[in-house]
Amino acid sequence: MLDFNLIPILPEIFLAFTAMGLLIVGVSGGNKSTDIICWAAVLSCLMAIFLLFGISWQRTTVLNDMFIIDQFGGFMKLIILLGMIASIALSVKYLYQEQMIRFEYPVLMLMACVGMMLMVSAHNLLGLYMALELQSLSLYVLAAFRRNSYKSAEAGTKYFVLGALSSGLILFGISLVYGFTGSINFSVIQTSLSNEGAANIGAIIGMVFLLSGLAFKISAVPFHMWTPDVYQGAPTSVTAFFAIVPKVAAFALIIRLLYEPFAPLMEQWSQIILFLSVASMTVGAFAALVQDNLKRLLAYSSIGNMGYALIGIVAGNEAGVSAVIIYLFIYMFMTAGTFGVILCLRRGGIASEKISDLGGLSLTNPALAYAMAILMFSMSGLPPLAGFFGKLFVFQAAIDGELYALAIYGVITTVIAAYYYLRIIKVMFFDDPVDTLDKDIPFARRAVIFVSVIFVLGFIIKPNLLVSSSQSAASAITAPQGLAVKKTIKEPPQAAAAGDRPSSTEAAATVTGAQDK
Amino acid sequence: MELLAVFLPLFAFIVAGLFGKQIGDIGCQIVTSASVIIAAVFSVILFFEVGLGDYEAYSTILTRWIDSGTFQVNWALRVDTLSVVMMCVINIVSSCVHIYSIGYMSHDAAKGRFMAYLSLFTFAMLMLVTADNLLQLFFGWEGVGLASYLLIGFWNHKPSANAAAQKAFVVNRVGDFGLALGIMAVFVIFGSLDFDVIFSQVSDFADYKFVFLGYELHALTVASLLLFMGAVGKSAQLGLHTWLPDAMEGPTPVSALIHAATMVTAGVFLVARMSPLFEFAPVALIVVTVFGATTAFVAATIGLTQFDIKRVIAYSTMSQLGYMFFALGVSAYGAAMFHLMTHAFFKALLFLGAGSVIHAMSDEQDMRNMGGIAKKIPATYTMMWIGSLALAGVGIPGIFGFAGFYSKDMVLEAAWADASWFGHYAYWMGIAAAVMTAFYSGRLIFMTFHGKPRASKQVMSHIHESPAVMLAPLYVLAFGAIFAGFLFYNSFVGSAHHGEHDAHHIAKPLASGDHHDTAMIESTTKRNAKEEIKKAAGTIKAGIETQVSNVEEKMIGHAESIAEDHSNGDLNPRAKSDNDQIDAAHTDKHTNDHDDKAHFAATKEDFWKNTIFIRAGNDTVDAAHGVDLWVKLLPLIAGLFGLGLSYIFYIVAPGLPEKCVKAFKYPHQLLFNKWYFDELYDALIVKNALRLGRVFAVAGDKNIIDRLGPDGTALASLKTGTIFGKIQSGFIYHYAFIMIISVIGLVTWFFMKAW
Repeated sequence: MLDFNLIPILPEIFLAFTAMGLLIVGVSGGNKSTDIICWAAVLSCLMAIFLLFGISWQRTTVLNDMFIIDQFGGFMKLIILLGMIASIALSVKYLYQEQMIRFEYPVLMLMACVGMMLMVSAHNLLGLYMALELQSLSLYVLAAFRRNSYKSAEAGTKYFVLGALSSGLILFGISLVYGFTGSINFSVIQTSLSNEGAANIGAIIGMVFLLSGLAFKISAVPFHMWTPDVYQGAPTSVTAFFAIVPKVAAFALIIRLLYEPFAPLMEQWSQIILFLSVASMTVGAFAALVQDNLKRLLAYSSIGNMGYALIGIVAGNEAGVSAVIIYLFIYMFMTAGTFGVILCLRRGGIASEKISDLGGLSLTNPALAYAMAILMFSMSGLPPLAGFFGKLFVFQAAIDGELYALAIYGVITTVIAAYYYLRIIKVMFFDDPVDTLDKDIPFARRAVIFVSVIFVLGFIIKPNLLVSSSQSAASAITAPQGLAVKKTIKEPPQAAAAGDRPSSTEAAATVTGAQDK
Repeated sequence: MELLAVFLPLFAFIVAGLFGKQIGDIGCQIVTSASVIIAAVFSVILFFEVGLGDYEAYSTILTRWIDSGTFQVNWALRVDTLSVVMMCVINIVSSCVHIYSIGYMSHDAAKGRFMAYLSLFTFAMLMLVTADNLLQLFFGWEGVGLASYLLIGFWNHKPSANAAAQKAFVVNRVGDFGLALGIMAVFVIFGSLDFDVIFSQVSDFADYKFVFLGYELHALTVASLLLFMGAVGKSAQLGLHTWLPDAMEGPTPVSALIHAATMVTAGVFLVARMSPLFEFAPVALIVVTVFGATTAFVAATIGLTQFDIKRVIAYSTMSQLGYMFFALGVSAYGAAMFHLMTHAFFKALLFLGAGSVIHAMSDEQDMRNMGGIAKKIPATYTMMWIGSLALAGVGIPGIFGFAGFYSKDMVLEAAWADASWFGHYAYWMGIAAAVMTAFYSGRLIFMTFHGKPRASKQVMSHIHESPAVMLAPLYVLAFGAIFAGFLFYNSFVGSAHHGEHDAHHIAKPLASGDHHDTAMIESTTKRNAKEEIKKAAGTIKAGIETQVSNVEEKMIGHAESIAEDHSNGDLNPRAKSDNDQIDAAHTDKHTNDHDDKAHFAATKEDFWKNTIFIRAGNDTVDAAHGVDLWVKLLPLIAGLFGLGLSYIFYIVAPGLPEKCVKAFKYPHQLLFNKWYFDELYDALIVKNALRLGRVFAVAGDKNIIDRLGPDGTALASLKTGTIFGKIQSGFIYHYAFIMIISVIGLVTWFFMKAW
């Protein structure tokens, strides 16, 4: 019964051990060793990437079906690790600038990273929950990392309390799903649901709770309320990390949940995702119009972007999933660059966060201004920049899925959202200059901005690199369930017609019976 | 070669337009002038190869422009006789104007911009004439319109210049609307816009009908008339002519290049190019004739009464364009193109001469404030006389005449030879206009140069001859104005089929020495012709040589004057461009000599090859050689009469004009106010359009569209944003509440659906 093939889980194990090793180093070296630990963390992420490439991405489950590795998971982990490298690199100097040098910072980030990678590979509801909590707990601490700052503490508290609420929702959802399908194993749930479909109202409600909890993680409206406050309050390097990586992991988890265990319920979950998507796009577009704090504005921007990414899931086809992956990848790069620029906004050693602080940046620091302008143009979705293609693929998937209204709505909100991106450019290029910025921009930050801008500009030259790999990743997650999905699409009308309670309770009873054995 | 001839001006425009600041004013002047002069050299070579030689016409396809279903359009350069004639005219006049502008605009602040615009115009015009499909032609058409707009409004600190630029643009829009519809109609009929495809199919569609505006109409007539509407706008024919006089607000070189020599002839070119289409639309031809003849007459009458020296020439241009159009209308395309070519030379000469006068008179344009300056600016005076004589069409039958003498007579004879009511109408209108043309030409000369000085003493003391850089182009153009008609008569309109008439003909200077034509010409004629060739060749050579040496002298003088002006060594680049000019003149001379010896397209059939299509039995140019003698002599008599009359009016008895004005008070007012066209348009169209526009702007746009559209949505978006912002209260229990409520909502939704 014991399944002890640990090869597929090697990167996670490696990172976990490194994190603990670095913790020991930190304890013995004190806060002075923070930058060494930071760079060691970057190095270990690089190592993890090598390990990831070393293992086979063939679909395999290990540890008693707790853990799965496949093309999709592998690719998402790659994205996560890249994001980790960027966010740690962005943080190092910031820790010193803001006098919050504590060696726990990189260790916590690595822990969160392990949690996120496990989330992506979860194949079991409890495994999912454990991974999620590992990640979340690290993030709570990180949000409150500058504990002598009132705002940071507030952000951490809010995030923790609301995060606990969402964890509660997830746990309740898990228990419902377990109760009504009789298993926590993704494959078993899928088989069970594909037999009953929409008749299993208990499982549907469980899924609603689960999705609500996860929507909190990707800050989809209406579970987004924490985002602006936490983005603004948390130290900027942490905000950058929040914006870049955990979203990707949570998205990967949602995709896996929806396309593996809950694939038979596509009819139902697409309604939820549709609602989340439309609401997120709306709030993301409108609420950001009146913001004057850059970090808060980017919080709303990320809410809106999650809405666009969700469109790809609603589309419910392989192209949709592939579009989501592409979208997230591009979004991650753009966000990393943007936060890189924001981290550079320091005057006399004090960080500025207001949009008006960007005034006349084109005169005082043209390189930075042009980088930011390119990133903002890309964010607003102007061709030929990468951001345009992200949106293009998503809307294309929506059109393929015959969701015309959704696509049109997406385009309209894009137009509205373009206003605040362009406003930033306007402030940089047309407003009167405020004082000059501090000149010492660390190399790592320059590198991140540079890579991000090059990526945004150069994506059009070779889009196939990303597109084809994301397609293969997408097909890995959608293909095995293809049959089941098709089946349920046909089924729901009958199920709804015959949807009476006795059958569902009966099914529940039999499943529970089976579980007892 | 055609690539260089067409794209060098574009190159010059890009360099001068984008890097004008870097290379400086002198750099701009050198780049643009040199490019256009080189282009001119190449187009002259092309002219001798394709026009006078026996090279086949060809198209160089550059790239595919539009490929949409069956709608396929190329970027291509079509090189045939028609286009090379136009290319020569454009590039030669343009180079003269470029050089001239160096002097004329020397006091202006934005020389580089001016030169760039001139080059842009030249390029657009070349694209227009080398187009091998209607869409590319339209591209050039709009391009010249844009350049014209930019140049009329070049002095944009003058409100009147801005208004004139806008007027030109808007009035042309009306014509262009017709042209665009015409192009669409052609596409509907033929399924293609390529000239070759269209022309090869024309006869198949001779009786084709289609529904237009609810009527079933003869398709080719409709298409032709719509195309002609574009021509009416661009060539300032009656109805859409009001912009041309106002366009004189632009700098004078612009008037010479765009509003006399080239752009305004685009309409003539269009009709000539589409001759196969018009030939199968007899009704359209009648319309063209009547329009042209009426324009020639009306414009000439207005020209009689104007006092602004440039406006007089502008109305004269309009009138001459009328001549070209009625020549087209009677199927004398060759004659029209001939007149276009000669007109380009003498009208550009007149304009540049007028510019020289204006320059000398410290920007005075009113002829009432001139007079008695002939001795002070003798070179300009001579040039103006040459131009005016060419315009009036003076010459000695059988021996020699100015350019206008050959071309205008040809046009009028062709009109008569058409032997139809509209042909005769055009002929008599043309004769009347010829009298008036000669009259106002004389009036212009006499008022400007003779009599007592009417300008202030201060102005009179400043009067000076223009610098060599302005006079040299005048000489080149004067050469054209004198010899262009004489040299190219046989090529453009010479007939091979009516050799028997050649004996009586007024001019036959350059019969062919080529063998394949000899059979067609009677031997007696040939002998006569040969003698005359010798004579003529001598004259030409002498003429050219004096001309070139003149130019050279002037250039050297100019270089010296520059050296004085700019002692810091700036002279080299400029002198170089002047050398180019001389080289160009040399090349001209060389090729001319060469061709005197070699074969020379002696008849219009050899010259035009297949670029102009005339239906059998419709060849009025052929017929024109056989009209009665009085028909041939009348235009000349009209011209001399008009000149004589003006001499009496303004030299012999200077009180006479005023008496005439008093005697014919109302007719004079009608003419002086330009037949009230502007007032009529203002009352009928402009005011109503403005009123309608105001209604739409205030009620429609501002109160409905803006309020519900951009402004409204923007406001609503901001409000929505504020609301979202308020929900974001910062209280954790609010957040939790919203989360819980949402979950409950979703759960309820699925419960509701399940039950």
